Amino acid sequence: MKDNIVLQMKNIHKSFPGVRALQGVDFTLRKGEVHALMGENGAGKSTLIKVLTGVYSKDEGDILLDGHQGPVAIHSPQDAQKVGISTVYQEITLCPNLSVAENMFIGRTSGMGQNWKKVNADTDKILRSLDIPATATQQLETCSLAVQQMIAIARAVDMDCKVLILDEPTSSLDEQEVEKLFKLMRDLRSRGVGIVFVTHFLDQVYEICDRITVMRDGQLVGEFEIKDLPRVKLVSKMLGKELDDMSDIKGEQKSYERKAGAVPVLEAQGRVSDAGIKPFDFHIDKGEVNGFTGLLGSGRSECVRAIFGADRVTGGTIKMNGKPVKINKALDAMKNGIAYLPEDRKGDGIVGDLSVRENIILAQQVLRGFFKPFSKAKQYEIADEYIKLLSIKTASADTPIKSLSGGNQQKVILARWLFTHPEYLILDEPTRGIDVGTKVDIQKLVLKLASEGMSVTFISSELDEMLRTCSRLVVMRDRKVVGELSGEDLNQSKVMSTIAGGDK
Amino acid sequence: MSNNKTKASGSFLDKMNNLTDTNLLLTITIIIFFLMYIGAMIFQGGGFLKPQQFFNLLNTNAALIVLACGLSLVMITGGIDISVGGVTALVSMCCAVYLDQMGGNVFVSILIALAIGLAFGAFQGFLVAYLDIQPFIVTLAGMFFARGMTTIVNTKPFNVANEAFTKLKMARVIIPGLGSANRKGDYIDAYVEIGVVVALIVVVIMFCLLRWTKLGRSFYAVGGNRQSALMLGINVKRTRFLSHLICGLLAGIGGYVYFLHVGSGSPSHATGAEMDAIASSIIGGTMLTGGVGNIAGTLFGVMSLGTILQIVSAAGLGEAWWVGITRAAMLCLFLVVQSVVMARKKKA
Amino acid sequence: MQKNEVKKSNENILMRMVRHQMFIPLLALGLLAVFNLIADPGFFKISLGENSAGNPVLSGYLITILDSGSELAILAIGMTLVTAASGGQDISVGAAVAIAGSVLLRILCGGNSRPEELAAPIIVAFLASCVVAMLFGAFNGVLVAYFKIQPMIATLILYTAGRSIAAWINNNELPVITDPALSYFGGFIPGVPIPTPFFIAVICVVIIFLVLKFTNLGLYTQAVGINESSSKLNGLNPQLIKIISFVVLGLCVAVVGLIKVGRISTINYSVIAKDIEMDAILAVALGGNALSGGKFNMAASVFGAYVIQFLTTTLYKFKVSADALPAYKAVVVIVLVVISAPTVKEWFGNMTKKLKVKEVA
Repeated sequence: MKDNIVLQMKNIHKSFPGVRALQGVDFTLRKGEVHALMGENGAGKSTLIKVLTGVYSKDEGDILLDGHQGPVAIHSPQDAQKVGISTVYQEITLCPNLSVAENMFIGRTSGMGQNWKKVNADTDKILRSLDIPATATQQLETCSLAVQQMIAIARAVDMDCKVLILDEPTSSLDEQEVEKLFKLMRDLRSRGVGIVFVTHFLDQVYEICDRITVMRDGQLVGEFEIKDLPRVKLVSKMLGKELDDMSDIKGEQKSYERKAGAVPVLEAQGRVSDAGIKPFDFHIDKGEVNGFTGLLGSGRSECVRAIFGADRVTGGTIKMNGKPVKINKALDAMKNGIAYLPEDRKGDGIVGDLSVRENIILAQQVLRGFFKPFSKAKQYEIADEYIKLLSIKTASADTPIKSLSGGNQQKVILARWLFTHPEYLILDEPTRGIDVGTKVDIQKLVLKLASEGMSVTFISSELDEMLRTCSRLVVMRDRKVVGELSGEDLNQSKVMSTIAGGDK
Repeated sequence: MSNNKTKASGSFLDKMNNLTDTNLLLTITIIIFFLMYIGAMIFQGGGFLKPQQFFNLLNTNAALIVLACGLSLVMITGGIDISVGGVTALVSMCCAVYLDQMGGNVFVSILIALAIGLAFGAFQGFLVAYLDIQPFIVTLAGMFFARGMTTIVNTKPFNVANEAFTKLKMARVIIPGLGSANRKGDYIDAYVEIGVVVALIVVVIMFCLLRWTKLGRSFYAVGGNRQSALMLGINVKRTRFLSHLICGLLAGIGGYVYFLHVGSGSPSHATGAEMDAIASSIIGGTMLTGGVGNIAGTLFGVMSLGTILQIVSAAGLGEAWWVGITRAAMLCLFLVVQSVVMARKKKA
Repeated sequence: MQKNEVKKSNENILMRMVRHQMFIPLLALGLLAVFNLIADPGFFKISLGENSAGNPVLSGYLITILDSGSELAILAIGMTLVTAASGGQDISVGAAVAIAGSVLLRILCGGNSRPEELAAPIIVAFLASCVVAMLFGAFNGVLVAYFKIQPMIATLILYTAGRSIAAWINNNELPVITDPALSYFGGFIPGVPIPTPFFIAVICVVIIFLVLKFTNLGLYTQAVGINESSSKLNGLNPQLIKIISFVVLGLCVAVVGLIKVGRISTINYSVIAKDIEMDAILAVALGGNALSGGKFNMAASVFGAYVIQFLTTTLYKFKVSADALPAYKAVVVIVLVVISAPTVKEWFGNMTKKLKVKEVA
């Protein structure tokens, strides 16, 4: 191993039942560098990291570390810690029911006793040196999420690690906190720590990183010096297609114009739920495709959930085609011809152990009622129809949905809602974590449905995807609707500046 | 006026919200215990005014205290063990048979008790921690196995007539200055049995273990969030295994304390003890969902349950069914309180 | 992480058989049958005799299994639904049977513990006990669905209090019914040589299969058991469905109460349906249904119930006392859960894979 290399992963393979998550990935980390690991959702970044930290065991390949002869065996997070690999995850992986000091020091040494006075003093010292607003004896769950994140980093830093992995650490931090974190990272870099930085914020990559490794579909695309890889190229490497390919369905949507006197399909006034959004107004016309946009956590999902009655509705009215209707729970919305494809496919969408067939008929079956089940023959007929229509790749209609790939699962959920023949379809992040081909399929389908007269609300965290499909965007910031853009205004820079706020 | 009032109650609620889960539930329990005991002193008087009544509460519940400590530990780690009652019965029966019919010595009988407890703890812990089987199912089987084995060892209940054992059983620790006169006017010292001393030692050890050792904090970590605990580098499997092992050991100790108190072996011994132990832990503020609990609370939980049952019988509701119904009502009440408190906290 | 196995196309018939849900119960039944055949072929003899009332009745161990397995089969129906919907089990069924039986007797006696004639028609008393048992089921269901208490802990309450409540209902007296009509439900109807409980069980099983076929009960409970929040977004009311599953179990409990009381025309609060919860849970597990909820197979549960009864009867035949029985069954439970544990399956899978690699090499 070369002198300045601290970690080398060679030819890593890892499969899960039905999925080949990593196929011969190489990764090299040098001393004193911040190395970005980039890729779309499902590219295999998290799997690679979990292999490195011993959460998953690899099927094949070697991990070489500075100061170790031959490949090291990492079978558990403890092993990883022992050889100097520390990780801070996107979701906080501390114990909320313990104190800050306990979270900093537990699991690091063996033996029974612990001098808690010393531990508390040490913790306070570290917290102060890193400028973290918490005290050692405080219970962790009383700290804000950002502080918890910083404590997790402080723990990793204090463990004298040679390799620090930061898995989307900035997604819950505000700008100042991110700045603080970067200061910390630069400091560590100068001390010779190799940092693996996983993020989906491109700005941050170009601000702090020295090198980028790009992954796609479980395979290595390549390792690049930051100066050799401008943004546009990075994006096209991640997506696996040249920029020109991506514009092939651009401009298919008609620009939005409100017909005088047209009654909107759905009109919400002062709608608000207990999920912490401000009351908002919203309307959508027949055959229109519009979208909610804003940063992660700006409340865009909460808005559509409030319309559908997925969270507890606390106020506001809804009119369908001009008639006031009461929508307090999902069933009310479904009866009024609204369909909702939720953001969290695994948690809110699929019913994992049930077959593709049962997953497709579920919503319509609930609408038909308890005493009117579809006959088995009819169920197969419906399932086969939609499997063909959406070209769902499945062994049979009886395959459990959980063994399908993400994109195909999403298509099944889409089939479920299309089968209810909705007037108004809400798609919340339908393209997250699925392959590019399916993404384009779904976008095309949305436009086709709209041309047939269905109203669609489309939410995606990828802005260009929304610009391509929507004719009108509702912009959200801090859980509030802050603007509405259509026609001429529908372009990247205008949307960005609206999201960021006018006064900046 | 009314404005003032809302403000005051608001700040009180704030304070309650700032308490950690453990302390909040513990505070509720301690308040309820004292209210109940003082209420009993005022409204029922009689026995409740004598200190010995309080010590008898300890004497009868010593075994339960030990069992409940084990249960609290397992529950804090996010598991459950319902085999402790069965193990208690099996321990009493084995020791009784050994001492009475085989003329064994007391020291060895204690070792037998510990061995049985450890064996159950180790086996159940292995299945739960390393094979990842639901603790309820495993320990349900453990309970039935222990109960069945008890009858296989001996079908009939009988008293132990072993000299050394009887001496140990009758040993008393006198509490100076708290005695009272009996009906004839003779002064009788207040006392506790040996079992109470054992139980209190267990409480102190368990309290320290859970509060101050790294292992103890690992139990909380694993119960609070198993995934996080793993990421923090805690050996989750070993921690879960140890929780069951220690609980088994305490079931062995508790079984012997129980045996010391009743001095007999019977298949129907300690019926429902696991339910009492679980109920005590829950009343003492241990959360079923894991990660929250306190041994001091468990002690008060046992005492609260004991006091309630004493009040029920002192109030003339002597029929056997009232005990069962009261016990269940207490359990139900505290489960619902826990559920509501936690739901409120989550929302806030 | 997805844990389902990848279906290989070259999977041979043997493996497919082993994977089938009915494999374990069938294997268990086969082992028991072979064991009995070797130990004493008389086990399988069925003879036609007369009982004390002069009725022709069939007797033999197999008849005993069909007869006394009825209660278990009926409870397995409800337990399967509860398991599927809530991902936990109801451990209070034994105590609830005591309550149902107590209510039944209370109404039949009307306060007099040795009534000359029935104070109310049996059907009225039975319906009343149904209502009470379903209310207790709903109580469990509410604790589980609305207060989000784990099912086993929530039902612990009724498990603790149930037999006390049963005793309280009849003021701790043990009423005895002399009217033979009640005993028909637990014994034989004059002229019919097959025990009535078997017919009742068959009726219950037929009803539940019709319900599963002509309503969405199956789909709804499974959907709720597998993914609650997804079910909610598809318009289901998970709370209501969980409560319904507990109420259905309550109905099953009432039917079992009728049979149990019918068998002896009286009641013993601390012994009636003792440990039956264990057997009912075991039946569900033996049928290959995941105790963590979700997908279920009703036929397998009912079949599992009779296999358990087969085991019980076999143990009885070999002079195992009723009190020691739980020890043997506990061993069966442990063996069952161990071989069906994912970790063990994985380990076993790795072993066979390694063996195959060796063979190739």
